[in-house]
Order: sequence, then structure tokens, then C-alpha cells
Amino acid sequence: MEYFLQQLINGVTLGSIYGLIAIGYTMVYGIIGMINFAHGDIFMVGSFLSLILIVAFGITASLPIGLLILALIGVLIISMALTSVWGWTVERIAYRPLRGSFRLAPLITAIGASIALQNFVQISQGARNKPLQPLIPGGFTLTEGSDDGFIVQLSYSQILIIVVTTLLMIGFTLLINKTSLGRAQRACEQDRKMASLLGINVDRTISLTFVMGAALAAVAGLLFLLYYGVIDFYIGFLAGVKAFTAAVLGGIGSLPGAMLGGLLIGLIETFWSGYFSVEYKDVAAFSILAIVLIFMPEGLLGKPEVEKV
Amino acid sequence: MSTSQPLLDVRDVVTHYGKIVALRGVDLSVASGEIVTLIGANGAGKSTLMMTICGSPKATSGQVYFDGEEITGLPTHEIMRKSIAQSPEGRRIFPRMSVMENLIMGAETASNADVDGSLQRVFDLFPRLKERQNQRGGTLSGGEQQMLAIARALMSKPRLLLLDEPSLGLAPLIVKQIFDAIRDLNQGDGLTVFLVEQNAYHALKLAHRGYVMVNGKITMSGTGKELLARDDVKAAYLEGGAH
Repeated sequence: MEYFLQQLINGVTLGSIYGLIAIGYTMVYGIIGMINFAHGDIFMVGSFLSLILIVAFGITASLPIGLLILALIGVLIISMALTSVWGWTVERIAYRPLRGSFRLAPLITAIGASIALQNFVQISQGARNKPLQPLIPGGFTLTEGSDDGFIVQLSYSQILIIVVTTLLMIGFTLLINKTSLGRAQRACEQDRKMASLLGINVDRTISLTFVMGAALAAVAGLLFLLYYGVIDFYIGFLAGVKAFTAAVLGGIGSLPGAMLGGLLIGLIETFWSGYFSVEYKDVAAFSILAIVLIFMPEGLLGKPEVEKV
Repeated sequence: MSTSQPLLDVRDVVTHYGKIVALRGVDLSVASGEIVTLIGANGAGKSTLMMTICGSPKATSGQVYFDGEEITGLPTHEIMRKSIAQSPEGRRIFPRMSVMENLIMGAETASNADVDGSLQRVFDLFPRLKERQNQRGGTLSGGEQQMLAIARALMSKPRLLLLDEPSLGLAPLIVKQIFDAIRDLNQGDGLTVFLVEQNAYHALKLAHRGYVMVNGKITMSGTGKELLARDDVKAAYLEGGAH
């Protein structure tokens, strides 16, 4: 039971990070119907920017707790802003010129943008692992020494990840459902031409979608860095594929779907590693995806198409 | 120079879809306060003209003026912020938004939008929409969707309303309701209406003036009464239509 609880905590933590990245995939897919394969690398860029900022500001665990939190919030905001610029630029250079071109064209440039970002970071930052001393050490011990002596830990960084993700998801859901920007995004998603006939600047709305996705990826990047303490130029690939899987599993285009999918992929991976074998955790995650898609091609929360014409 | 410039002035507009010519030099104008209709067969280019006025597709040559200002070549979203609104072909309701959200979308970019006032007006006009305000757009019947499309266009309080085939596929009773609403808007609110229709009889009875389009060119024009009385119009567009 203790073991199960520990896996659950780990799984939810990992799933939160996937969920944050998955939102970027699902929103872009929803609005322009393409998979932004560079999104995982935007997450990686966000993670590197966070690391650079942390080092530049000289943030270490020895700072007083209040100052540490303030400094990390500062890092988060700057990193979100800078990563957004990256996301915006990729859209501007690699996708917008191809709008109205055949469907596969932006998919190919997306892969190109992904390779370009990876190589840029590899060359400019070096190919080696970048470690970071734990900034938020410690945590709660939930159970101590039951019969098998297993100790359940809930670390402060896990709490941070889960709390930040929950807050962002709530904020984001409100933004999409209640604000005029969110309405414009949903309108563009459902009928771009009609949105422009109502005076919506469609290009700008699409750009903002990329910016929002990138900002969330930047948050995921910082959380990933704080949690694992080591990053390299390649982390975007696997995290990107996982988050993409999460988005498809939840129903691509659906925002709650991306969150749910992220959580599920995180849990499946963690439990599989915990009870079976670590080597096959990716196989487990992708198998679940395949099975769900066979029986529910639209994903778990995909759109039910009830439209009369 | 005439003293009263038209609200909408289309001059020698040519539009292509790829290499295919859809409009071959169209001239027409709509004066402030008028209802003007454009009739013609399927594929004549009526909807293309409607969309060209809105900048999507853009005219290959020729000019479109709104209230004396040239709008040819402007991006669609900028044209639509100039007190022009369109209820397009096929209605294009946002299916996964509620009726209320669809309506609010109509007022989204209007400057000095009095959303409550606009809502009041469209609910007066189409009480059905008020009953259905929380329902998703995609679940409405065809007639309700058409009402919603018109209501959404009205939300920005436009000076010019472009209406593309509002009667398409609707029961005669609903068509009458919709045409009554258009007349009401024109007489009561002074709204200028440019109406594209295949239902030539009702459109010409309603309109002050009409144009007939054949193969991307205007072939006839005149007051609604004149056109209704013409034998060639009757033969081509009104056979069996006057029910």
C-alpha cells in the first residue's frame, strides 16, 4: 500500500509535466490542425533558459526561503516570456508562410524546426548533461516504517509541481472559456473564415496560441529542471513524444483531454516502472495509446460531433 | 458627382479562384437605407461577390468602396470592423459554442459595443434564440441557425448587412419570418441590406432594387417591381417560385 501511494505521487508529478506540455500540442492542433513537432524542443529551450537564469542570478538552496521563492518566480516569468518569443518565432518563420499550402508542408517544417532547435542548443550550450544542485530539497515523510519498512516521501518539489500545474490549468481553463481571447481562439478553431468575417484577426490569434503553448512549456521546463536536476539538449524529444501521446490519448484538440491524458501517461509509466520493468515503461505508455485509439479513435475526451447542417 | 454617395460601391470587380474567373467586371451600388438584392442561378458568382466585398478572396482588379472609403485589398478582419457584417452562405454557426457565445462573438470586435442593447434587439426580433440561448449552436434546427447567423451579424450594430441566401433550405413559414425580420430591420432601424438570393420572387418583392447576375456579370438591374414584371426574369428565375 505504501509502495502504491509512492508510485501514485510520482506518477501525478510526472503526469503534471506531461499535461503542461500536452496543452501546447492540443491547442495548436485545435486551431490550425497541425502537430507542432517543435513543441517538445520549445519545452527544452524553456528548460535551458531557466537553468541559465538560475545560474546567472546565483540562485542556490542556501538562499532564505522567501527570497528563493521570489527568485524562482522571477526566473519563471522571464523564462516564460523568452520561451514565448521562441514559440512565436517558430510559428512566424516555419508555419505561417505555409498556411494554405498542402497539409503535410508545415508538418515537415515542424520537424525541421525541431532539429534546428536541438542543434542550436547543442552547439551553443554543449552536448553534455547540465546538472543543477537541488534548489528545493527535503519534503514530508508520509508513513514511516510499516512492516516492510517502506517510507513514502512527498518532496517539496513534487508539491510545487502539482500545485503550480493545478493553478495553471484552472487559470487556463478560465482563460479559454470566459475571456474574449479564449472565445476568439475557439471561434478560429471551429471556423477560421467565419471568425475573420466577425473581425477577428486570425493570424494574430494563431500567434497567441503558439505563445500560450510555449509559455506553458516554459513552466514545464522549469519544473522538469527542478525535479530531475539534470537536462540536456535532447530532453525535448522524448518529453515531446510523451506529451503528444498524452494529447492524442485525451482527444487531440480537447483541453481537459490533454490534462487527463498527461496524467494518465505519467501514471501508466510510473506504475509500470514500479511494478514491472523500467525498460518497458515507454512500450506500456504507447500500448495504452494504441489500445485506446482502436476502441475510441477520438481519444478519451475527443469531440462528439453533433452538428446539424 | 452625385450628392449622395452610395454606402457600398462596387466598381468593375474581377475575382479569380486560382485560374478560374468567378467575377468578370461587376458594377453595383447600394445606397444608405436601401434593400438591394442580387439574384441569379447557382454558380453565377453571387456568393463570390459577397465574399469579395469582405476581402476573401481579394479582387483581382476593380475597387470596392464603403462609405466613400476604398476597402479593396484590406484584410478581411479590418473590413469587418468598418460597420459591415455578413451572414454568410451556409450560416457558419460555431457549432460547439452556445447560442449566447455565438451572439457575443458577433459583438466581439465592434467598437463602443452596447452588447446588452444589441442582445435585446435580436431577442425581440427572434424570440426563439432567447429560449435557446444556452444550447449549443450545432444542435439548432436549420431555421434557428439562420436566425442565429443573422442575429450574430446584427450584434455589431452594422450599417450594412450582407445576407447570403437566408432562405436556403428553410420551410416557407420560416422564410416569411426571416424576410419580415429583414423588412423590420430596414424600416425600423434604417439598416442597409444587400441580399443575395435564389428565391427571386420573395427577394424582389422585398427589395427596393435588384440586380441579376449571370456567369459573373450583371446582366440586368432595376427596381424590384420592374424586374418582377420582366418576362425574361420570370422565365429564368421565377418559374414556380411565386408560391
